[in-house]
Amino acid sequence: MSVTAAGAEAVPLGKRIRRFMSDRPLVPLVILLVLLVVALQILRPGIVNERWIANTVKFAIPLAILAGCQTMTMLTGGIDLSVSTVATMAAFIVSTQAVEHGPVIGVALALLPAVLIGLANGIGVGIFRVHPLIMTLGTGLVGIGCLQVYQRTVIATGTKVPAFLSWLGTGVTGGFPNALLLFIPVAALILFVLNRTGFGRLLYAVGDNERAARLSGVVYWKVILALYVGSSLLAGVAGLLYVGLIKAPSLSLADPLLLPSVAAAVVGGTSIFGGRGGYTGTILGALILTVLTTLLTILQMPEGARRILFGLIVLLVTAAYLRIVEDR
Amino acid sequence: MIPLIRRNAWVAGLCVLFILLAITTKLIQPDYGAGDFGSLMRAVLPYAFAVAAQTVVVIAGGIDLSVAAMMAVTSVTAAAMMNGASESHALFVVPFVLALGLCLGALNGFLIVWTRVPDIVVTLSTLFVFQGVALLILDAPGGGAAEWLKGLVVGTVPIPFLPEGVTAWIPKALVVLVICLAVVWIPLRRSQLGLSIYAIGSSELAAFRSGVSVARTKIAAYAIGGLFAAMGGLSLTLSTGIGAPIPGPYLLASVAAVVLGGVALGGGKGGLLGPIIAVIVLRLVRTDLTLLAVDPNATTIIEGLIMVIVVMLGAFLAMRGRNR
Repeated sequence: MSVTAAGAEAVPLGKRIRRFMSDRPLVPLVILLVLLVVALQILRPGIVNERWIANTVKFAIPLAILAGCQTMTMLTGGIDLSVSTVATMAAFIVSTQAVEHGPVIGVALALLPAVLIGLANGIGVGIFRVHPLIMTLGTGLVGIGCLQVYQRTVIATGTKVPAFLSWLGTGVTGGFPNALLLFIPVAALILFVLNRTGFGRLLYAVGDNERAARLSGVVYWKVILALYVGSSLLAGVAGLLYVGLIKAPSLSLADPLLLPSVAAAVVGGTSIFGGRGGYTGTILGALILTVLTTLLTILQMPEGARRILFGLIVLLVTAAYLRIVEDR
Repeated sequence: MIPLIRRNAWVAGLCVLFILLAITTKLIQPDYGAGDFGSLMRAVLPYAFAVAAQTVVVIAGGIDLSVAAMMAVTSVTAAAMMNGASESHALFVVPFVLALGLCLGALNGFLIVWTRVPDIVVTLSTLFVFQGVALLILDAPGGGAAEWLKGLVVGTVPIPFLPEGVTAWIPKALVVLVICLAVVWIPLRRSQLGLSIYAIGSSELAAFRSGVSVARTKIAAYAIGGLFAAMGGLSLTLSTGIGAPIPGPYLLASVAAVVLGGVALGGGKGGLLGPIIAVIVLRLVRTDLTLLAVDPNATTIIEGLIMVIVVMLGAFLAMRGRNR
């Protein structure tokens, strides 16, 4: 704690720490992450090494990208529950089409349904004003149905994860996972869009006060349409990366990531009602959840107890975080 | 007055849709008879309770993502307790499980009020917790159910002075559903608590300023949701004879049917009848598609499309209504 400003001397320490944290909401998240890693090191001395870090980062990246979709949609007061379907579709299509048509066309084909689902979400939420929760659940359902029908047409072809995706997903070069090659530009892009562009500001504006944003000339449906298409595309990219990591394309590949992606964004300090939050917190949230999962696995508890602890900790962190940020 | 008419119009529209679908079913499959209707109702039972649980919570302005997980917990608890026990033991199990559901729901409500975390996040966390609890109670599908309880949802109810042709069309499952829902819902709707639930869903601040205890009402709404979820869990155990620790597809179905049933996701609007008819309609669509020998995978697409289109249409009509 390096709060040694001259004027702060009269304030008691506890309050000072609290104020410091509420001014910099990322600090408690970093502290939590460090605490979790320390706990891991104590429970299993020697586990925290270079390989473990690379592995953790590798598993956190697809989650962080999907949580990015949630962060952006939550900023406008929405949510995107179709991301797991989109990611699964992209993963499954690329591993059935890339063998025949080569990687470029394979990836293009894989991202096509992502764009379509994104468009449908955007039209539903932006123009027809359907609640995002319902709209994205519905399009997710349609998407998974389409995927099931598609699967029957490619049974003869079989699935094969393209080599470049497994390189990207699992490969490690000089201690750094190759997935960072994709993630760093993606994260930089999201951060740039949210913090430095007009579009990012519109997202915060729409989420904070939609009526005010509209009255000041924001064309609501255009913002929402662009947002949901972007979110879907990101989810598609996350799916490509994830299939490279898991290497076993199935029809429920990304489903286990859906609820954690929401949790990661929430733990990272993004408000589900819109207008507050950012992507840096979400990345930390994804890392925290990944380390937490490792910790719970290492404790060798039954699956049931692991889920209970996971749920309790997510709730606890969110509640504590809200107290820190909002109690001024 | 106008909202009242519109609300009833929505329910009436759903009834028309149901009748049209029923006629279609008869056209597709001329043998479709009372027995098939009975099995449809048995299949609807857990869905209908899940929808009822979601409806109460949504009317109070919240959303409960843990409905399916609560059903799993109550279902495995019932199955584990009745496993190998005597028939009369089930008499104690049923109230215990219902009370358990009430407590689980109240826990949701309490956590939302106490932590001030948004309800989506709280129920998302408790979804994990309840799933874990269900897995700890039974790690694989198993357990048992008392015979008289299983018999409760099979067959029809003989009503005196009615010809067999009519009673055949009143399956026990439907009677059980109607009684269970009515026993909770009708007194609730007429009580002060029911009014308060609508009030906090409509505007929390306005309700607070008119003297409604928002925290207590919210906890009560979630507790009633939990009670309905427990009924759903019990009905699952009854119809399969075992308890399954992995939650079924009830969460998605419940949210969809609530919206199709004319309950606004913002809260404060709608009733229980609409969502229940909506869930029956959705199941009937599935039956029809099966009878038509449509690829079961395409059925998922059609269900999803129906949901999306109806919701869009509803939102569009609501928008035009507002502009006028």
